Amino acid sequence: MSESTATPHHHGPAKGMMRWVLTTNHKDIGTMYLVFALILFFVGGAMAMVIRAELFQPGLQLVQPDFFNQMTTMHGLIMVFGVIMPAFVGLANWQVPLMVGAPDMALPRMNNWSFWLLPFAFTMLLSTLFMDGGAPNFGWTFYAPLSTTYAPPSVTFFIFAIHMMGVSSILGAMNIIVTLFNMRAPGMSLMKMPMFCWSWLITAFLLIAAMPVLAAVVTMMLMDIHFGTSFFNAGGGGDPVLFQHVFWFFAHPEVYILILPAFGVVSQIIPTFARKRLFGHDSMVYAMIAIAVLAFIVWAHHMFTVGMPLGGELFFMYSTMLIAIPTGVKIFNWVSTMFKGSMTFETPMLFAVAFIVLFTIGGFSGLMLAIAPADFQYHDTYFVVAHFHYVLVPGSVFGIMAGVYYWLPKWCGKMYNESLGQLHFWLSLIGVNLTFFPMHFVGLAGMPRRIPDYALQFADFNMLTSVGAFLFGATQLIFLYIVITTVRNGKKAEQVTWEGAEGLEWTIPSPAPYHTFQTPPTVSDK
Amino acid sequence: MNRFLHLFCIALIFYPGQVFSAWDLNMPIGVTDTSQAVYGLHMTIFYICLAIAVVVFGVMFWSIFHHRKSKGAKAKQFHGNVTIEIIWTIIPFVILIAMAVPATSTLVDMYDSTESDIDIQVTGYQWKWHYKYIGEDVDFFSVLATPMEEIENKKKKNPYYLLEVDNALVLPINKKIRFLFTSNDVIHSWWVADLAVKKDAVPGFINESWTRINEPGTYRGQCAELCGKHHGFMPIEVKAVTEPEYQAWLQTQKVANLAVAESAQQEWTMDALMSTGAMVYEKNCAVCHQAEGQGMPPIFPALNGSAIATGEMAEHLNIVVNGKMATAMPAFAKQLSAVDIAAVITYERNAWDNKTGDKVTPAEVQALMGEGL
Repeated sequence: MSESTATPHHHGPAKGMMRWVLTTNHKDIGTMYLVFALILFFVGGAMAMVIRAELFQPGLQLVQPDFFNQMTTMHGLIMVFGVIMPAFVGLANWQVPLMVGAPDMALPRMNNWSFWLLPFAFTMLLSTLFMDGGAPNFGWTFYAPLSTTYAPPSVTFFIFAIHMMGVSSILGAMNIIVTLFNMRAPGMSLMKMPMFCWSWLITAFLLIAAMPVLAAVVTMMLMDIHFGTSFFNAGGGGDPVLFQHVFWFFAHPEVYILILPAFGVVSQIIPTFARKRLFGHDSMVYAMIAIAVLAFIVWAHHMFTVGMPLGGELFFMYSTMLIAIPTGVKIFNWVSTMFKGSMTFETPMLFAVAFIVLFTIGGFSGLMLAIAPADFQYHDTYFVVAHFHYVLVPGSVFGIMAGVYYWLPKWCGKMYNESLGQLHFWLSLIGVNLTFFPMHFVGLAGMPRRIPDYALQFADFNMLTSVGAFLFGATQLIFLYIVITTVRNGKKAEQVTWEGAEGLEWTIPSPAPYHTFQTPPTVSDK
Repeated sequence: MNRFLHLFCIALIFYPGQVFSAWDLNMPIGVTDTSQAVYGLHMTIFYICLAIAVVVFGVMFWSIFHHRKSKGAKAKQFHGNVTIEIIWTIIPFVILIAMAVPATSTLVDMYDSTESDIDIQVTGYQWKWHYKYIGEDVDFFSVLATPMEEIENKKKKNPYYLLEVDNALVLPINKKIRFLFTSNDVIHSWWVADLAVKKDAVPGFINESWTRINEPGTYRGQCAELCGKHHGFMPIEVKAVTEPEYQAWLQTQKVANLAVAESAQQEWTMDALMSTGAMVYEKNCAVCHQAEGQGMPPIFPALNGSAIATGEMAEHLNIVVNGKMATAMPAFAKQLSAVDIAAVITYERNAWDNKTGDKVTPAEVQALMGEGL
């Protein structure tokens, strides 16, 4: 590795497995993040299949309630921390240096470490499934005292796994901030930075602000469990609701961490395929900043039923409703960009359009949930499950897939099969709606979330949901097939893969050479 | 509120086939003024969202169909327009204020639990509810009544599968009832959609809520906050009756309470204790220690052949009466009568392979509980 500093000439990657262990190359690390996320997508997805198989009809068939709770908990943790976050960091690792004309990330060795923490964190988390007493079974929100006094012994391993994930995220976020502030090509002012980079800059600040709070809350749990403190134990002068305040102070910014990079991806894709500039670049940036700021003052809307005073309820209701405004600005901007464009609908564009429609549906149910008196009826029902799956699956996950289809030709220099891509899209679209739309109905009709068995009037919609989930799950095998066959023997991709594509990443050949922008490009005023 | 019009519209939008019964699609309109106000809010917001969706998606799909390259569309390179951007910031703001006004007044009303006629303390337990009529000397547990055979698919499920309890919460109509929620262990959440009451039961704290039911009937709900493995199996059943019926019910409860207290002083045969004990065990113990006493180690130890259930009687009594600190084993002195405790201990010491032949009588248990053991 020392050779690379001595002779800055072009050379390829090291040979063998050690290439991946020792690499400090942003492209290698980006690839590892994406592959890691894809593997865990199938692990977390398999758990969702177990959940949906058990809920296919009323009665207990396949799994016992305790194992069911382990499945819902692990499914949530894996999808949030092991799939969506690493996938976005992977996209950032590949694209941020390419889009701002930097030779690599600012802190390449730290970059290597922040990735390699993750396999260990998730090995530890998954190993709890084989421990006495089973894996964590208290939901991904792990409310105390269910997760402290009443938790299985494996909770300690869960806490340390969360700590490692947090360290990894904070390191990744710092790296992105330093890169974006210091390594932009000459002439690229902050306001000229591409939207994907902007979305990640804001996300990185959210991560740095929120992840230490998560670390704090799991440390308080650790103290309560092993060292006799009473942060969350009323019997010792603590307060179980304190847990929820601290947790959601982390977790609300966290849900924006999970969606903002998808906004960035979609804001790159829509202008490309509409062959038209983004309608309002600056207002998109301001909208994202507004969303990020509001993210820190709305947390208790997850807690309308815990018994807050009236003033608190009203404050959090109003602040939550305000988020609709910057979110609306983003949606109006995307639609205005499409308006009077010259559109084509290749797979990335299809996913981006579906993102806008379905994310907006998730936004509407979010607005409904913001209304505190109505939330008393929605809270902790399948209506909430429908809401956050609409923003996370056809939101974040479709955003990631759109990004992968959009940039994969640049990464590997090969073109995916367009018909297969479209097949993957349409089956995913049908599957995702069949899965999550009926959840609105059962939720409104009164089905609580996180139950392994349910009353008979929910049976029809649950069966429909399960069928949709199996379809969606199976469809993702097509995605796996597409990615593998493209990388192995896809047709040669052009340097500018998409007709309307603009940006520095399209000024380099496909596949992107192992080292790029060793002399910075100059960005002209336009 | 015109409920049928709403339902009709929803059915029209989502299910032209009308495959499913209307009740399953939407929030119940409920039987209190509050629940009806909430339903009204819900529908108002829903229609506003629908209207926004029609406009936004309308423009979008119109563009998708007309402004495609294959139709020869040339991109018009316009971008940024301050006037438009200000308009599309202000209009949503105005809409939000229009939503916030009725929401605020409903919320203020929901928070006014003063001047109640009846106060009921609701305590969540893993996995049952306890109701205490404050000032009436009436209190009881309310446990899932659906038999295990139905849950395990060995018997046909009845229409109220998982929504039925042994002792329903009986409330009079047209009275302001204040609930005081708390919990004995983890956080639970008491929810009956027809009353639009959902409030968390937090251990160590008391939350308030209230209702005034307009129509007699049976209203069902479930625990809404994940509270452990049997979270899905602690339903709520509210029986709303007229005032005279309510008073009569209170009287029978008081008489029954006296009878239970007296029965502790009677002679109990081994057979009577064993059969009562089997029932108590199934309702209170089997969820953790399992039907055959095999438990779910290491969290829930086995009772069959266990050192405590076959060893010293005093030790066995102590753990059942006082519970075990920092585990899921509660102190049953707070939950069960002396008869039930005597019966269940006798049962545990003689069921399965535990053929100790030991017997403990209700009178002995009562004496011990009196001493504080």
